[in-house]
Amino acid sequence: MNITLQIQRYNPETDEKPHFERYSIEVDPGARVLDALMQIKHNIDGSLALRKSCAHGVCGSDAMLINGIERLACKTLIKEVADAEGALIKVEPLKHLPLQRDLMVRQDEFFERWRKVKPFLITEEAIAEKERVQSPEQRAVFDDPTKCILCGACYSACPILDGKNTAFLGPAALAQAARFIFDSRDRGLIERLLVLDHPDGLWACENHFQCTRVCPRGIKITKNINLTKRRIKQAKEKGEA
Amino acid sequence: MHEYEALIVGAGGAGLYAALEASRGARTAVISKVHPLRSHTGAAQGGIGAALGNIEEDRPEWHAFDTVKGGDYLTDQGAAFILADDAVRAVYDLEHRGLPFSRTDAGRIDQRRFGGHTRNFGEAAVRRSCYAADRTGHMILQTLYQQCIKNEVSFFDEFQVLDLLIEKNTAAGLVALELGTGQLHVFRAKAILFATGGFGRMFRTTSNAYANTGDGPALVLRKGIPLQDMEFFQFHPTGIRGMGILITEGVRGEGGILRNRKKQRFMERYAPTMLDLAPRDMVSRAIMQEIRAGDGIRGDRKIDDYVYLDATHLGKKVIEAKLPDIADFCRTYLGIDPADSPIPVQPTAHYAMGGIPTDNDGRVLADGVGTVVRGLYAAGECACVSVHGANRLGTNSLVDLVVYGRRAGQDIARYVQEADPPPVGKEPEAAARTLVETLRGGKGPHGGELRERMKDLMMESVGIYRSAEQMQAAVAELQSLRDRYREVRAQDGSSGYNTDLLEIFELGNLLDLALVTAAGALNRTESRGAHSREDYPQRDDEKWLKHTLARLQADQVRIAYRPVDISRFEPKPRAY
Repeated sequence: MNITLQIQRYNPETDEKPHFERYSIEVDPGARVLDALMQIKHNIDGSLALRKSCAHGVCGSDAMLINGIERLACKTLIKEVADAEGALIKVEPLKHLPLQRDLMVRQDEFFERWRKVKPFLITEEAIAEKERVQSPEQRAVFDDPTKCILCGACYSACPILDGKNTAFLGPAALAQAARFIFDSRDRGLIERLLVLDHPDGLWACENHFQCTRVCPRGIKITKNINLTKRRIKQAKEKGEA
Repeated sequence: MHEYEALIVGAGGAGLYAALEASRGARTAVISKVHPLRSHTGAAQGGIGAALGNIEEDRPEWHAFDTVKGGDYLTDQGAAFILADDAVRAVYDLEHRGLPFSRTDAGRIDQRRFGGHTRNFGEAAVRRSCYAADRTGHMILQTLYQQCIKNEVSFFDEFQVLDLLIEKNTAAGLVALELGTGQLHVFRAKAILFATGGFGRMFRTTSNAYANTGDGPALVLRKGIPLQDMEFFQFHPTGIRGMGILITEGVRGEGGILRNRKKQRFMERYAPTMLDLAPRDMVSRAIMQEIRAGDGIRGDRKIDDYVYLDATHLGKKVIEAKLPDIADFCRTYLGIDPADSPIPVQPTAHYAMGGIPTDNDGRVLADGVGTVVRGLYAAGECACVSVHGANRLGTNSLVDLVVYGRRAGQDIARYVQEADPPPVGKEPEAAARTLVETLRGGKGPHGGELRERMKDLMMESVGIYRSAEQMQAAVAELQSLRDRYREVRAQDGSSGYNTDLLEIFELGNLLDLALVTAAGALNRTESRGAHSREDYPQRDDEKWLKHTLARLQADQVRIAYRPVDISRFEPKPRAY
């Protein structure tokens, strides 16, 4: 089918501010938006700048706004966002992160906030000779946030980061905190409390559910945040923290 | 100028594990063209093989045997024993570092069946693959990167290495382009490890990421160092039709069945014992035989026909618990639920068995008699130890990363203590600067058409089945594509974020590797593992039980050989 991509372009070396450019191409409705973008890059305009790698939704490189919604370009089929011949698909970079060029945004700050939650297993226990025992039920409790690929879609969609609290750690960092806090092998709750139990941490979340809505991995991020809030309240009540 | 003791190029499983080990004894930096978490290790699905014996009896010796037989006896057997023995320790180590493996009811690491993994030297399938649902590679990558953060390893993210500096057969440094600024950086070091992954992007249909362009092997090749066994490229039997997206062998490990248009379980005719869990080379050939016989789903005998992978009998519960990402891919890309409908699949270019030749400590070999390039290392898919021989078994890629990535890292930590920093020339970045200025300046054709042609050529002429006539034509045309490549120029004249420039550089790497792959395949007049010659259908141990070493000299591929280590198991006919 014939579609038109309306892509936000910006080259800091030549442009004062971002603008849109349109590209009309023939694509298979079952192709990915990434395929369309690469068709433009390889055949029409090599200067189009974007990140991409795995092309099937597991590496997290190509999160962007497609028709105004955070999606992975490689996990969005043309037919999902173009309903008829000649349809227009609008493609823009993620929000809340500094623009680098075209569809690329600087992710340093996003990863910096992720690092703050100490996203690694914390344990002082002596290492067993073999594996530590963990029941399937204990393993299932934290399965959901293990799926996170740190693509930044949730960070872009979060209304809190629009202005109410731009220092908010953001949904991805909190989901990663949940991944460890609910792991039966982890002992890092207290160490993480300083950043989580903080106005810029868990308590900044107001349950807008935008993160959950856009997550390309289907992680129930808001639920994970609320479970973590509850876990910390319980820990405080019991005097653990 | 940056100075380190050790540089790691590539931040997938092998690079990160090596960095963790090397940084214990050497000042280490990791240079990666993508953010480490974007590395393709993260796409590995089904599991990591280790004879833990958590479900049923298993032994590393059986794992080693399977690896050797799976590799059609081109595997170096000492290396296979190291792999199988150390796999057990490696899996426990990953668990200790936090990897969330799926568990048995007793709380131990769960294990499932995988292609070519057997008990007691081939008797029956064994449950050896340790897994985290169907995102084992994702969890390995995440866990290793988390550990690097914890241990404060230094990273240069989005730096593309353009040149390798070698002085007097000794690694001296690297020249890299910083994507954000376009600036060239010179890195000096005593030890350099390439862990740049695979190069499946030379084929039309592939499970590989855009980033898998073989940058490490191509750089090494241009320094006169040979590449080993490049003619052995694995086609995974089950890629999503038309897209090449991987559907893990774990689907068959959990009981999935391949069926032709007559709904026959055709693997019964090709591998009566292991059935759908025969090694990948055999299953891919079986699919192509069905298609050629007109029993593909369309039945038109064309190369792009397909078969069905049927998992409907596993039920929704098992699929959602053990293969959730596969279910997600099927919904997203095919609009089907694998619990209700069979998955249309066809072979997809997946894994390079060949690569930079190394010894068992990751040290790069300069020739067939064991001369080492001092300070130069390789690990993971870009390397060829060789543990995978002519065909890799499923799960062994992840084992390779953590076992040989770690060994290389340990040897680097030892080596830098005794080595002097080698000198670098006066203008070490001169060659890289010329390259960048040439590609970025002036007018010339864009590389798109060359890339498309290379992919089709490799798919059609150097794919699952090969013959002399087609490959001769492919080699000649690849040479002409390489000639035309010299005229290619970037359309993008910017300094910063010039992805156009880098893609052209990557295309050059792929073209060189495609040439070596095709020339090596043409040269090897036998069929072994993933290399299937229609004009030479038999394995020929007398003439060909040897590794290929291919060099690029004056734009011609020159081939030499290296002996195979067959010290433990005598080569036998391969049946499953």
